[in-house]
Amino acid sequence: MEKSIKRYWPVFILPTMAAFMIGFVVPFLEGIYLSFCDFTTIKDASFVGLENYAKAISDKTFTHAFSFTTVFAIVTLVLINVLAFAVALALTQKIKGTNIFRTVFFMPNLIGGIVLGYVWQLIFDGILGKFDLALKLNAKFGFWGLVILICWQQIGYMMIVYIAGLQAIPGSLNEAAMIDGANARQRLFKITIPMMMPSITICTFLTITNSFKLFDQNLSLTSGEPMHQTEMMALNIYDTFYGHVGFEGVGQAKAVIFFIIVVAIGLIQLRATRDKEVQQ
Amino acid sequence: MNKKRLMAAGLAVIMTASMVTGCGSSDSKKESKTDAKGSVYYLNFKPEADDQWQELAKEYTDETGVKVEVVTAASNQYETTLKSEMGKSKAPTLFQVNGPVGLASWKKYCYDLSGSDVYKQLTSDDFALKENDAVYGIGYAIESYGIIYNKKLLKKAGYSQDDIKGFDDLKKVVEDITSRKDKLGFSAFTSAGMDGSSDWRFKTHLANLPIYYEYQKDKIDNTDKIKGTYLDNYRNIWNLYINNATCSPKQLSTKTADDATSEFVTEQAVFYQNGTWAYADIADVGDENLGMLPIYVGVKGEENQGLCTGTENYWCVNKNASKDDIQATLDFMNWCVTSKTGTKAMCGAANAMPSGADGMGFVIPFKGNLKSENPLVNVANDYVKEGKTPVSWNFSTMPSEQWKNDLGSALTTYASKQTDANWAKVKSAFVDGWAKEAKASK
Repeated sequence: MEKSIKRYWPVFILPTMAAFMIGFVVPFLEGIYLSFCDFTTIKDASFVGLENYAKAISDKTFTHAFSFTTVFAIVTLVLINVLAFAVALALTQKIKGTNIFRTVFFMPNLIGGIVLGYVWQLIFDGILGKFDLALKLNAKFGFWGLVILICWQQIGYMMIVYIAGLQAIPGSLNEAAMIDGANARQRLFKITIPMMMPSITICTFLTITNSFKLFDQNLSLTSGEPMHQTEMMALNIYDTFYGHVGFEGVGQAKAVIFFIIVVAIGLIQLRATRDKEVQQ
Repeated sequence: MNKKRLMAAGLAVIMTASMVTGCGSSDSKKESKTDAKGSVYYLNFKPEADDQWQELAKEYTDETGVKVEVVTAASNQYETTLKSEMGKSKAPTLFQVNGPVGLASWKKYCYDLSGSDVYKQLTSDDFALKENDAVYGIGYAIESYGIIYNKKLLKKAGYSQDDIKGFDDLKKVVEDITSRKDKLGFSAFTSAGMDGSSDWRFKTHLANLPIYYEYQKDKIDNTDKIKGTYLDNYRNIWNLYINNATCSPKQLSTKTADDATSEFVTEQAVFYQNGTWAYADIADVGDENLGMLPIYVGVKGEENQGLCTGTENYWCVNKNASKDDIQATLDFMNWCVTSKTGTKAMCGAANAMPSGADGMGFVIPFKGNLKSENPLVNVANDYVKEGKTPVSWNFSTMPSEQWKNDLGSALTTYASKQTDANWAKVKSAFVDGWAKEAKASK
């Protein structure tokens, strides 16, 4: 068995490696190169040095998009994880119809972001219209609209991860704690949550990176209105790239900065939550 | 075991089936009659003419054997689509720019058309994008826009076009209709939809008027620093549009141009700002009921103002395409503007296509232009005959898409709360934004 793996490893590795190289590594490196270039399409790039980065950093809409995205990421991180955890707890009790509930909660995750954005836009504007207000006129509505949309979409997914985590906790631990006289609150904070740390690591990682990378929902729900105030980083990059003549390189530079930020935050977060994981 | 085998067999069948259909769709078109060299790939700007171009392409292929592929970008997505398509190895051979600003970003790709047959068909050099002696773009459709109105409804309100000779008249009529809205059963204006797919009617077309008058006054045709001399007029006409419409000005961000079109067709409103290209959508109102007014904004001497007439559709040929493809593309363009089928499809209205569908209804600046059956085009021609001065299309000098988007967003904000502070935002988007974007694009 081992021998044949040694002999045939290229058969298993190479197709995936090739796909990874073509679909990720090569475009990624080319993207970094292009961020130092002036270009219209990727074939006619001419090197300009750090000019693009200077323009990107001095762009106020970009810094605003960064702070908006950060606040958004923090709010959704807390809301999605707390709510998903609560729902997961509720649906691992022995209530009737948990399977139906789980399915229903998971379902929004199956709908594409653009569609979700437009559907929610109709819902919000339908309600706000009664008060002669509109989603795109007020950055606060836009922000909370996005939060509601993302929570609705992602709570179900995180819930499934948490349920899997909850079910993996051996029942004997809770039983033993009960015999020792621990109340429900103590059991939650001293047993369940520490035992759940691996799931929490995954879920916080997913929610943070998802919030930072958010694009479709942002584009279709508010498209950055009013005046770039609800524009998140990915959308800002897109607008830079396509909205100005000769700004392709700047958009690319923003994308590289964006990549570094997301990777840095992801790594910090992973380290922070990993430290709290316990061995069973 | 048997079941598994059955499943595997089933999957294999599905896989091969999808492969076969995948190939089939691309192969089926290749039945060329002659051994034609080269092929044409046209990236079309006008969604409203997509069906016609598809049909025309097929017609050309049947006639000559040259393969013509037409792809149409979604509304407001042309630059995005063009950028990604041009980066591909199979890039468009024929594409469009919207004027000098669009040309600036695509000049490196434009084939010099000065020696081409299609350029020789052009009736005036005004419709070519020239730089020194090189011709980079050829306008192929002249269009006009203004305030389209429903004659029947206007009459019902007790007025006719003769009552409207300037902004003050327009304002009086419009506000009178609004005051009697409930009794009449219709509003003055259709909703000025500011949804991102539709706000071009105001951030681009309506904004052309203050720019036009400023250029006229300063005797220029382009600038890096707009002054906004006529912004108050812009505000007046915008106020008129939004406060006398079918919907509350606060709801504009949720409305689209399609909403406005349907309101106009279902006779909920008298006035509707749009252009000759909209004819197919509003033909249901009846040709005898369609009229068009110049967009009066209250500038001195505007009695002589005609409709806004020009083009933002310039054909460009991709320089980097293969020689055969370039030749095929030039032939196709020439065929479109000289052949009977081509000119009829481009100029004709009802039943102009070989299949009996409606034509594109353009006025084309070529020798083969046919008399239009589009009543809106004829209205535009009548204005010229009466000696009114057409307003040129200066929005092709707007510095960037971003400028338009920012202006649109400021207009929406202003509409929701019509204060001076909010108008200052429009002004800043217009004046400061112009300077900023013009500088950035350098």
